[in-house]
Amino acid sequence: MLPRKPLAAPLAIALAAACAPAAADGEIDAIRAEIAAMKQHYETRIAALEARLQEAETRTAVPEPAAQAPATGGGRMNPDIGLILQGRYAQRDDLAERFIGGFAPVGGHAEGGGRGFSLDHSELLLSASVDPDWRGHAILAMADGAVEVEEAWFQSLGLGNGLTLKGGRFYSGLGYLNEQHPHAWDFADAPLMYQALFGERFSNDGLQLKWLAPTETYLEFGLEAGRGGVVAGEFDGNGVGAWTAFAKLGGDVGTDNSWRAGLAYLDARPRDRASHWEDANGVEAETLFGGSSRAWVADFVWKWAPDGNARERNFKFQAEYFRRAETGTLSCADNTAALPVAGACAGVSDAYRTRQDGWYAQGVYQFMPRWRAGLRVDRLDSGTQALGGGFTGVLAPVDYAPERYSLMLDYSPSEFSRFRVQYARDESMPGIDEDQWTLQYVMSLGAHGAHAF
Amino acid sequence: MKRWMLFFLAILALPARADLRVLACEPEWAALAAELGGEHVAATSATTALQDPHHIEARPSLIARARNADLLVCTGAELEIGWLPILQREAGNPRIQAGAPGYLEAAALVPLLERPARVDRSEGDVHAAGNPHIQTDPRNVLRVAAALAQRLAQLDPANAAHYAARHADFGRRWQAALARWEAQAVPLRGVEVVSQHKGFPYLYAWLGMREVAVLEPKPGVEPSAGHLAAVQQRLAARPPRMILRAAYQSGRASEWLAARSGLPVVVLPYSVGGSAQARDLFGLFDDTLARLLAAVK
Repeated sequence: MLPRKPLAAPLAIALAAACAPAAADGEIDAIRAEIAAMKQHYETRIAALEARLQEAETRTAVPEPAAQAPATGGGRMNPDIGLILQGRYAQRDDLAERFIGGFAPVGGHAEGGGRGFSLDHSELLLSASVDPDWRGHAILAMADGAVEVEEAWFQSLGLGNGLTLKGGRFYSGLGYLNEQHPHAWDFADAPLMYQALFGERFSNDGLQLKWLAPTETYLEFGLEAGRGGVVAGEFDGNGVGAWTAFAKLGGDVGTDNSWRAGLAYLDARPRDRASHWEDANGVEAETLFGGSSRAWVADFVWKWAPDGNARERNFKFQAEYFRRAETGTLSCADNTAALPVAGACAGVSDAYRTRQDGWYAQGVYQFMPRWRAGLRVDRLDSGTQALGGGFTGVLAPVDYAPERYSLMLDYSPSEFSRFRVQYARDESMPGIDEDQWTLQYVMSLGAHGAHAF
Repeated sequence: MKRWMLFFLAILALPARADLRVLACEPEWAALAAELGGEHVAATSATTALQDPHHIEARPSLIARARNADLLVCTGAELEIGWLPILQREAGNPRIQAGAPGYLEAAALVPLLERPARVDRSEGDVHAAGNPHIQTDPRNVLRVAAALAQRLAQLDPANAAHYAARHADFGRRWQAALARWEAQAVPLRGVEVVSQHKGFPYLYAWLGMREVAVLEPKPGVEPSAGHLAAVQQRLAARPPRMILRAAYQSGRASEWLAARSGLPVVVLPYSVGGSAQARDLFGLFDDTLARLLAAVK
């Protein structure tokens, strides 16, 4: 702070003293007025200088905390907490049961509620460094009266040599879409292929080890061992319910294009994996499957943006293909419901062998900032389904090639909010051609983890 | 068969051999690392000056480069929060994690402007630590250079003398250029401008220019036609001299206002590679000043 008065007063006196002797009577008033004006002028200038000094002081005071601010890699909050609000309105036909024709349903809930308005998939995210070498991450899905642990894992940061170890419950690294949470999807629901294979996705409790090769091209190998999630059914034993191995390759083509391709192999040992059939008498039968389930999953993603700047316009193509073979024993566990008609399947147990495949492909184009449109094609093939002689006249597998065509348009007011409308022509159930409309919102609050490629 | 062999060889190609491999998040830091490291450093940038550094995809190629980097140099202050954490996590490279000597955050080395009083998403894309676009003030480049030279020497002690000599030489040339730029920029003092994005506060603070309006209603939020019309009306009483935008930004909003107000639009290179003249750090500021001065002539 400058002492305003003490400085201004001596200045005025000195000026007055210098001027006074030479002044004639008439001039004195004029000089007095001039001095007063000068005094006024200097006072305002000094006040202005003081204000500037104060401003400068506060400005130089700012850098200190800034310099001590934590390095990037999360905000100041520890842990990072985020919340995803995702809900929808769904217009669907009134069907007693939904399934994918020619595919025995694999546990896990299919995507969100039913018809009308619903809180589809709201999630709570927690993430932080554990210590310099480890990071922890959890995502809890919230539904009425229940909290589901979607993911809860630790990950190494300090192994080096391109190695990363992850442990806990995690979304398997197989395929492209599997690791993404619904709020990052480009469509309101999972592709039929994921629904048929995993209910929605392959979530595993176990360990994952990844190695990134020291090459200039992105080349990554991963190995997972775990309980096996819905694929392994009620796997309850020592050892491993499912092994997964994958390789991923990726790179850029010029500055405009980037791509990634992957191939994964899943080898599971299902035990008492529950499924539902309709037996020859039209009675619902719960079956249990035990044996082996092996699947190949190939995935490919291509992204384009002019100059690599996705802000204005960009295009994304993705496609995945699977081929799965299952062999083992199928047994009817519960077929007693719906009297007066008796179930045909009760107590039957015999060989079960399938070889099935399917794919989806989709393109999403951002034609102007905030607006995107997309088309997705889903197609599965029920392939070979061979049941042992014990099931003759009891269970009859359906031969069918489910298909679905989806169109979507979404609008993102910011990178943290999105509204979507989706239309789908769904022919995934034999004899039913359904028009599906979905309106959806996705909002993300708080710390929002960066999205992977 | 031969073609396949070539394909596999290309995949297995190892990155360039150098004493230090530097991955910079933005081109200005790659250019600085090249200035200071010379032949002992292989520096690449994860982004180009035509890309919005806030919005980058964590592409496989970037993860591969992060895997092999000895030093990661980024602006920080949350500029890269949407993609950098993925590179650090997925690279399996402890050298470049936050807190390790192989991670240098430039924004932590300079006094930051525009620290928000309120950090809330309703304010748009605000950064809690302050405005991260520090590279538009060449005095900041000098501050980062000192820390970067030290870091290079720390990571590669065998060539410490080399880095120190190159840093001293760079410092001399930069000081001389600074004096030249500041002399050239005298006509820019007090000039009033409109910015498209709050991307130039450091440039304005250095040259004494005054930002009288910003086209984005909130940082990172695209202006609507209504908002632009309101800005135009507000400026009508006292028209500024020019509208500024960075090379990576869409010209839509600034051209809209230019067409209606007659103000010139100045597209600044913003980083190395943002214009044909901005080939290196010296060229970046030569070209920035040339473009600004042309608009006030």
